[in-house]
Amino acid sequence: MIDQDVLVIGAGLAGMRAALAAAENGSSVAVITKVYPVRSHSNAAQGGINAALTDRGDKWEDHAYDTVKGSDYLGDQDAISVMCEEAGQEVINMEHYGTIFSRDDSGHLGVRAFGGQRQARTFFVADFTGQALLHVLHEQVLKHKVKVYEEWFVLSLVMEDGECCGVTAMDMRTGEIHTFRAKAVILASGGLGRVFEPSTNALICTGDGMAQAYRAGGSLMDMEMVQYHPTTLKSNGALMSEAARGEGGYLLNSEGERFMKKYAPNMMELASRDVVSRAEQTEINEGRGVNGCVFLDCRHLGEKVINERLVTIREAGIDFAGADMVYEPVPIRPGMHYIMGGIQTTVDGVTNVPGLYAAGETACVSVHGGNRLGANSLLDTLVFGKRSGLHAAEYSKKTTAKNIGDSSAKDEKVRIQALLDRTDGNEAFGKIRLEMGQTMNEHLAVYRDQQGMEKAREKIKELQGRYQNVIVQDKGKTFNTNLIFTLELGFMLDCAEAIVASALERKESRGAHTRKDMPKRDDENWLKHVVVTRTEGGPSISYKPVVITQWEPQERKY
Amino acid sequence: MEVTLNVKRYDPDSSKPAAYYQEYTVEVNDTTILLDSLIQVREQIDETLTLRCSCRAAICGSCAMRVNGHAVLACKTKVMELLPKSGNTITIEPAGNMPVIKDLVVEFNVFWDKVKAVKPWLQPQGPPPQAEYIASNEAMQHLVGVTGCIMCGACVSDCTVLEVDKNFLGPAALAKAYRFVADPRDDADSVRLGELNEYGGIWDCTRCMQCVEVCPKGVDPMGRIMALRDKAMQYGYQNTYGARHATAFTELIKHGGTLDELRLPIKTYGMFNIKQMVKLIPIGIRSQLKGKRPPIFHKAIPGVENVRRIFKKVENKR
Ligand SMILES: Cc1cc2nc3c(=O)[nH]c(=O)nc-3n(C[C@H](O)[C@H](O)[C@H](O)COP(=O)(O)OP(=O)(O)OC[C@H]3O[C@@H](n4cnc5c(N)ncnc54)[C@H](O)[C@@H]3O)c2cc1C
Ligand code: SF4
Ligand code: SF4
Ligand code: FES
Repeated sequence: MIDQDVLVIGAGLAGMRAALAAAENGSSVAVITKVYPVRSHSNAAQGGINAALTDRGDKWEDHAYDTVKGSDYLGDQDAISVMCEEAGQEVINMEHYGTIFSRDDSGHLGVRAFGGQRQARTFFVADFTGQALLHVLHEQVLKHKVKVYEEWFVLSLVMEDGECCGVTAMDMRTGEIHTFRAKAVILASGGLGRVFEPSTNALICTGDGMAQAYRAGGSLMDMEMVQYHPTTLKSNGALMSEAARGEGGYLLNSEGERFMKKYAPNMMELASRDVVSRAEQTEINEGRGVNGCVFLDCRHLGEKVINERLVTIREAGIDFAGADMVYEPVPIRPGMHYIMGGIQTTVDGVTNVPGLYAAGETACVSVHGGNRLGANSLLDTLVFGKRSGLHAAEYSKKTTAKNIGDSSAKDEKVRIQALLDRTDGNEAFGKIRLEMGQTMNEHLAVYRDQQGMEKAREKIKELQGRYQNVIVQDKGKTFNTNLIFTLELGFMLDCAEAIVASALERKESRGAHTRKDMPKRDDENWLKHVVVTRTEGGPSISYKPVVITQWEPQERKY
Repeated sequence: MEVTLNVKRYDPDSSKPAAYYQEYTVEVNDTTILLDSLIQVREQIDETLTLRCSCRAAICGSCAMRVNGHAVLACKTKVMELLPKSGNTITIEPAGNMPVIKDLVVEFNVFWDKVKAVKPWLQPQGPPPQAEYIASNEAMQHLVGVTGCIMCGACVSDCTVLEVDKNFLGPAALAKAYRFVADPRDDADSVRLGELNEYGGIWDCTRCMQCVEVCPKGVDPMGRIMALRDKAMQYGYQNTYGARHATAFTELIKHGGTLDELRLPIKTYGMFNIKQMVKLIPIGIRSQLKGKRPPIFHKAIPGVENVRRIFKKVENKR
């Protein structure tokens, strides 16, 4: 058994920021991650990170208001205020750690414009901001000699008397399963993009943390809020960053028209993502697309700007769509990108399960509500990563470790051996995953309705049943990815269940949850969060009121 | 069209572990990416095929492997581009210079240990300012190229020196070191360069260009190593064997306009430092085997006058 004060699951931005905060607070802290830290999905963030720096005349309240409006008034305003107030300090802190943010002519940090905001306040490193931040945090983790269990796969939370007191995890190198005991566990295990097919997300984004919390009695909130990004490539779902529009790129339909003028006459291409994605989908559905796509046109920006600021996405366009944005418009369409929902937490990462914290995409504070603004997610990971690290460190000082023994690891060994030994089955993980992904992408996409979502619910139930018959071909101990994928699929099916249950519950249209059969936002009845927990009879729903401090809900116009 | 992927496999859990090759046939078109074909094999043909991959977008650095003898990033490479002139078989092997764990998965700790050895974190002097450090955009833009490194290990896989000398820090770690030396906010240049000046550091690169060729992100590790050499000399690291190497190098270039790698070791170590000379032999032999050996007789390249002039200019400047 391995013993820690604070145990962080995940080495993305949220996880490493939490670990550093706890370490700087003097706690014994370790990180477990299923991939090497710099392989975490945070590296995919291209565009940037938002912050209102007061020394240059921006106000955090303005950033907060844009975030509230972007969330379609479902974001909790107290939490949003915390995030926006602390944003400047976090960005400066990352700069001090070594991030090479782009500069302006005076040598200060430079900004670019991003969607849904009236002011340019997105700080960036060319078009690989996430990678730059992730590598810098990793450098700091190395500097502080934080113990990282690399390529270890967390299987489950260890619960005792309703409290979380550790995890079980498999060393992928050897296949050995161990119990980790901790006074506080922070889940920072990222998003669940692979529940959908296609998705902009990496193959490791399988919602493990959300499912582990859900299975252990944790509450998931806002799970119906799934963001479709306006500019993804058709071939493999790869993302063309919002930076392309931030730098001035246009969206055109098959008639060569900048169609956003019909939907968001003021903000045009930089309206919030749900608005732009719906506009695109409407154009496509009404026959003004080409092969299910509209176009991103950056030609007028010129090769120099594109090479300096958009080089990665230029490459992606060439590699995956065969279109060089310097010379031609790139066909794009809305694609699954981000989950606004997650494990319900306070602004300190505290969940409803004592001893359990969550931060980053796997958590839901809720600062994104019905729709996340571009470049607010990196900010979310850092601010709330740090806060949960600090809170968990303090909590662990006041807590004594539970006497838990090694039975959890033994149980997991038995469960996994049984899975490997199974002979009476005829299902393969790849097939079930594909069916799940396609179902979700068909019925829980930009436009939804009752009938489609009910179909999805039945399908997910069916797949959960068939999952019991999956055969794992690889029986080995060493680096058995076949087994890992099968376990991840189990997590994903639980996430899908929670998403569908929550979406069926919300009987209105708000943010990313747009119902063709109920197209209006209904503040009277639905200005509240949908919370889902698991019971023996399936998902069980409750509500949490939205916190409103100073911004009364208004009709959203961009 | 149909393409055969001939994959080198190794299963440590089998009763008699030994490497072998297995062929898989996949259907591809002009735009099919190699990683997608491998994933197709893994999901539809043989679930036991093991490789690392995640982002599918050349950003996470998981999927470096050797294809037809050279390191590539599987998610950034089209299958059609890999096809040999005749036949339709592609040979896929794990990345080199790191021990194999299983199939295409290699022991990466070897890689990280080298990166850790260059103390890869910003070391400014004194407490940070209230707001950001002031730095020119030019200086930051200059670092964009090298921080683009995704730590995929393709360069390490194919580095000719690492093949014979495990002590060499290698292209990725040295590129990372450069990232800090070239950062105006970092104040540890002198100490860093002193350490890089030691055995295993910047002077052990033979400038074979392999790392530059295989790097999927245009990081140019060799160029960074050369820049570090310049810096080390500027900082007065003159008397070690490495700097002598460079002094010899400078002379040779001035003389012939290009580098005579055969003469270089002799100049560096002295004709009679037999021990060091012997150590270098394997590099020579290996390079010859791979057809990378420099021509034995160097002629002055056309334009050598220019090269000499550039050297004069730089010398006068100092
Ligand atoms: C293509 C793309 C572009 C984006 N661009 C932007 C942008 O410009 N600005 C912005 O603000 N946001 C952006 N986002 C969103 C943002 O990148 C993510 O939301 C954020 O980085 C998530 O960080 P995280 O730390 O929560 O999780 P991740 O970085 O995903 O890290 C998750 C960690 O958990 C570990 N883990 C997961 N499961 C297990 C397990 N079972 N056992 C052990 N370890 C486990 C993983 O190994 C990993 O280390 C983008 C997202 C995508 C997909
Ligand atoms: S140029 Fe130097 S670092 Fe690069 S592969 Fe050759 S020997 Fe290795
Ligand atoms: S320098 Fe290039 S090849 Fe080497 S690890 Fe970095 S990205 Fe990979
Ligand atoms: S899968 Fe991430 S670099 Fe290839």
